[in-house]
Amino acid sequence: MTTAPESIVGRGNRDGAALFRQWFEKITQTAEKEQNAAYVFVMGSISEILRTFDFTMVFPEINSLQTAIRRVSDEYLDEAEDQGYSPDICGYVKADVAVQLRGGEHPMGRIPKPTIGVLTNACNTYIKWAEIWERMYQTPIFTIDVPGSREAGSLNPQNESNYKNDLRYVEIQLQELISKCEEITGIKFDPDRLREVLGYSNDMSRGWKKVLELNSNRPSLFNALTDGTVYLGVANCFRGTEIGSKFFSDLVEEMEYKAAQGIGTLTDEKYRLGFVGVPCYPIFRHFNEFFTDWGGTFVNSTYLWFASGGTNHGFEYDLTNPIESLAEGILLNVRGAMDSMFYHENALIDMIDNQFVDGMVFHPIKSCRTVSTGLADSRRSLMTKRDIPSLFIESDMMDKRVVSEAQLKNRIDAFFEGLAVRKQRESITA
Amino acid sequence: MAYAAGVDVGSTQTKAVIINEDREIISHSLVDTGANVILAAESAYSTALDESDIREEEVEYIIGTGYGRYRVTFGNTQVTEISCHARGAAHMFPKTRTVLDMGGQDTKAISVSPEGEILDFCMNDKCAAGTGRFLGAASSALDIPLDKLGETALKSESDVRISTTCTVFAESEVLSWLGKGKKIEDILWGVHKSIASRSIGLMRRVGVDEQVTFTGGVAKNIGMIKALEENLGLKLNVNEESHYMGALGAALFALDHIMASRIPSSSKELQS
Repeated sequence: MTTAPESIVGRGNRDGAALFRQWFEKITQTAEKEQNAAYVFVMGSISEILRTFDFTMVFPEINSLQTAIRRVSDEYLDEAEDQGYSPDICGYVKADVAVQLRGGEHPMGRIPKPTIGVLTNACNTYIKWAEIWERMYQTPIFTIDVPGSREAGSLNPQNESNYKNDLRYVEIQLQELISKCEEITGIKFDPDRLREVLGYSNDMSRGWKKVLELNSNRPSLFNALTDGTVYLGVANCFRGTEIGSKFFSDLVEEMEYKAAQGIGTLTDEKYRLGFVGVPCYPIFRHFNEFFTDWGGTFVNSTYLWFASGGTNHGFEYDLTNPIESLAEGILLNVRGAMDSMFYHENALIDMIDNQFVDGMVFHPIKSCRTVSTGLADSRRSLMTKRDIPSLFIESDMMDKRVVSEAQLKNRIDAFFEGLAVRKQRESITA
Repeated sequence: MAYAAGVDVGSTQTKAVIINEDREIISHSLVDTGANVILAAESAYSTALDESDIREEEVEYIIGTGYGRYRVTFGNTQVTEISCHARGAAHMFPKTRTVLDMGGQDTKAISVSPEGEILDFCMNDKCAAGTGRFLGAASSALDIPLDKLGETALKSESDVRISTTCTVFAESEVLSWLGKGKKIEDILWGVHKSIASRSIGLMRRVGVDEQVTFTGGVAKNIGMIKALEENLGLKLNVNEESHYMGALGAALFALDHIMASRIPSSSKELQS
């Protein structure tokens, strides 16, 4: 049976929104039934192993950003700050603290308490964040220590003499995690179940990479800042599931259909932009409109790279050797995610060249210094290597107290005025 | 003869400039912005018209700029003050490569290409340190009119280091120096140097290339010009109309629009 064209266009957003509601219903049920919940993070969620033990996956980062999208993050931030958490620390952490203090109350449902917390060292805040759950609930916390790349910005393992040692180091930690999960759940580890989960993850990684690549199409097929964030949510929450696998298969079909039909995300695409950083969730749609009002759309974003845990590289697991291959996937994906934050210069150059980017928007945020530190230098360095206009604007992912819309708009307008002059000059000299 | 106008509605003052098609300023005016932004824009523009010998209907295109640009209700369109200051500065001083615009609540550093295109810009963010507001705080604390601050500062013979860059705390620091018996001119020179240092930090983020053109209301302050020049080690381009640079840039963009709209008809005439 062929899918009707009208049901293909926009399907990713519709299905993504529906899946998101479904996912929050699932975690609400988990809270109500007091079932096992694993608290994990977007950079190195280790979903593949946890799913085989029937944990409900809970992403505190996603719970937190949802409070900003629902425009109530200030209430949560205030509550955590009343408890002594500084205005200067990660807004995601504070919103999560308030969720815990409210007994799991959240605008999308109810968040269960953590049975286990599993994290990597991809973000320095993860470690301190998990210690809060440990203190609150005596939750067992398992940290996978992923060795940093000795050749930052390159994921080519052949160039690293220590690669095999690193791989073995991660693999041993995964075996320890498996033992811990067996101990907590009483479920015996099933390698065949892991293979099944890894297979779905492979479908998703392959699809995610393809979707990102397809956006080199002119006009661009989706907006990396808005549509991309919906896809990203599914990539994280449904990783390793049949639902997630189907979603990305459908999404590739949608993008290929739109490409064939010349259907773009904007009716009149004037400027193709790249985005570096984390979105401004307190004014999520409005922030994007500052750009689309000028005919600008984001064709790619480093957020879609690091916040998908580096799965944008499309690494696929070897199902004949699941644990070792999973260790390799975690090693490379987490390194890829970190490179997307700290060593993204070459990737940005590729983005400019392959996706025909007219301008790059750097968006450091106040409450995540991990991803924001160094962006000014990164921008300057990029400008020495590519003659491309760039914009540097600051706001926040959670805290609307530091989001100044008038200042943002002023800078964005000036950026587009410059782009317009440049386009005009280029069209004259062409 | 075609006429175009620019109206720059800033946080403290609103400026209007009318130019002719030879890009000459034929009239300008300046009023305090106050609480009624629409009225300020209208007042500045009508004063500029009154001071010229042209009629309102002769002005073919008007562009609003500045934070209140969308409140220039009689304007045809809007352009940001970032683009307008760069345009005005490049027009007034064609070799301009860096523009420093210091206004009431914003300080902007703008890097300009030889063709006059904006290459990069940087502004103070969420803090008015290093802006005209800092001078306003000093003026209030020392009870000296704003337009006398610069010349008073230049009488300084001894350095007083103002350590805070916060506009709110500047006032208390100024008062504490007064309490220690320091001379007003020395304290004021310290204030000017502090603002200059902060602004130059902003400029270095876009690159300081000769020539540097200083615009905005604070460009009328001779103490600030000296403080900047001493710190940078170069002479700034400053025009006595520097505080009109945003409005001038807006008027130039308006004139571009008028001229561009005439091109198709001229081309048609040539073809026929």
